[in-house]
Amino acid sequence: MSNSVLYDVPGPKARRRSLILSIIGVVLILGLLALLYSALAAPRVAVNGNVTPSLLDPSRWDIFSDVQLWLGILRGLQGTLAMAIPAAASALILGVLFCFGRTSATAWIRVPTSVLLEFFRGIPVLLLMLFTLLVFGTGNYIAGIVGLAVYNGAIIGEALRAGINSLPRGQRESGLAIGLTPVQTRLRIEFPQAFRQMLPIIIAQLVVLLKDTSLAYIISYPELLRYVMTFLKNYYGASYQFSLFFVVLVVYVTLNMTLSWIARIVARRTAGGRTPKGPRTTVGEPVLLQPDGGAGGVGAGRVL
Amino acid sequence: MDAIIENLPVFLEGFGKTLGLLALSGLLALILGTVVAAMRISPVGSLRGFATVYTELVRNTPLTLVLFFCGVLLPSLGFPPNYFALAVLGLTIYTSPFFAEAIRSGINGVPIGQAEAARSLGLGFGQTLRHVVMPQALRMVVPPIINVFIALTKNTSVAGGFFVIELFASASVVINDRGDEVIAILLAVAFFYLLITIPLGFVAARVEKRVAILR
Repeated sequence: MSNSVLYDVPGPKARRRSLILSIIGVVLILGLLALLYSALAAPRVAVNGNVTPSLLDPSRWDIFSDVQLWLGILRGLQGTLAMAIPAAASALILGVLFCFGRTSATAWIRVPTSVLLEFFRGIPVLLLMLFTLLVFGTGNYIAGIVGLAVYNGAIIGEALRAGINSLPRGQRESGLAIGLTPVQTRLRIEFPQAFRQMLPIIIAQLVVLLKDTSLAYIISYPELLRYVMTFLKNYYGASYQFSLFFVVLVVYVTLNMTLSWIARIVARRTAGGRTPKGPRTTVGEPVLLQPDGGAGGVGAGRVL
Repeated sequence: MDAIIENLPVFLEGFGKTLGLLALSGLLALILGTVVAAMRISPVGSLRGFATVYTELVRNTPLTLVLFFCGVLLPSLGFPPNYFALAVLGLTIYTSPFFAEAIRSGINGVPIGQAEAARSLGLGFGQTLRHVVMPQALRMVVPPIINVFIALTKNTSVAGGFFVIELFASASVVINDRGDEVIAILLAVAFFYLLITIPLGFVAARVEKRVAILR
């Protein structure tokens, strides 16, 4: 954004103004941080007058030299990944199936699939998990995987459909013309192109899926948050609650940021044709919108 | 079926809470998101940097963690345990970067010639945005913003796990009472969610189509 068309290269006056605003902004942020720090560093006084050490007191952080604690956090992370990986694989498979059903030439397949897709995309992932858990009586592990797979499969299916729809019509027609059956045309001509075109969105959705495994916390599956905040907290004591949460937060954010970063690189490499070279034609670079806003969301995935 | 009719008041109360969460946190997040988006395109470097860090940080935090912080940690740090307000706080923070990105995508999607023409007429940064870029961006921004609202509708269900008896939690309440009609109860709750999400989806699709013709 350094060469934005919305404003000139700043002159001396604008630079001074910008500097003043920057200083004010930094002071404000530092002030907020200082406020937060002092709030955290103050000794805690309970309602009954008990005084406990501040949240930044070493006595609340000394457990982090314990190897067992880090092994515990790894166990929690393992729980998260053990849910995310099978869910992602099944979501991809389901997405392909949903896309096939949705674009089928037979109305008997197409219409029920469409209704089902609308249903899955319109309700919260949590409800899908609860439904699987209570109606099919699976454990919370399977329920979490099924909920995530079905919901994200529906989103991926729609993205693939959008990809197929955006292909030139000649692709399908020429496939049929050289004697491929409709299914073969879809599988061998249209599908690879649609998949490639929608890869950034599909990967972004898989990152969302990883983020959404934390929803399994609510159906008491021991993923990272539940494992650390229940098992480890009970073991080490409630006074470590804040410190433990902080570590979970850092682990999640690091994991997601790394994956998003990898996803962006993969997207740039495989879908190189999507970012036109040459002079920019719009005010800014296109923003990749996640097809849904985190834990659930409808929307044909689109790159704007 | 009678489990639903008997407990209709419970569902309706939960539905009301869900709508309340949706309206309050949606509005607040839209305001916050607009501010963040404005900072993100502003000529002041530090504001841009701050907005970028905020967006990336919040977007990469799972909603469950945000609501856990608001619903469990804040009360234990001495905040008044008004769980509805705390859930609104968490949902607002979580949703704001998505609104900011939706708005930014609209602004970035305006043809560059428009901004260049405005600038060459001598309009300043604020004037260019106000009179030329924003009116065009707003139109393109409506469908993604509605999509974020739809996502928020479904996200309110997570608040049900943190002591707010909204629609999702009301399902658990009723199921505790009537374990024999689990399927009907869950379908009823799904129906209530679809009552919000499907019409919103239709509106988004309609607007998108109309905008596409205008472009």
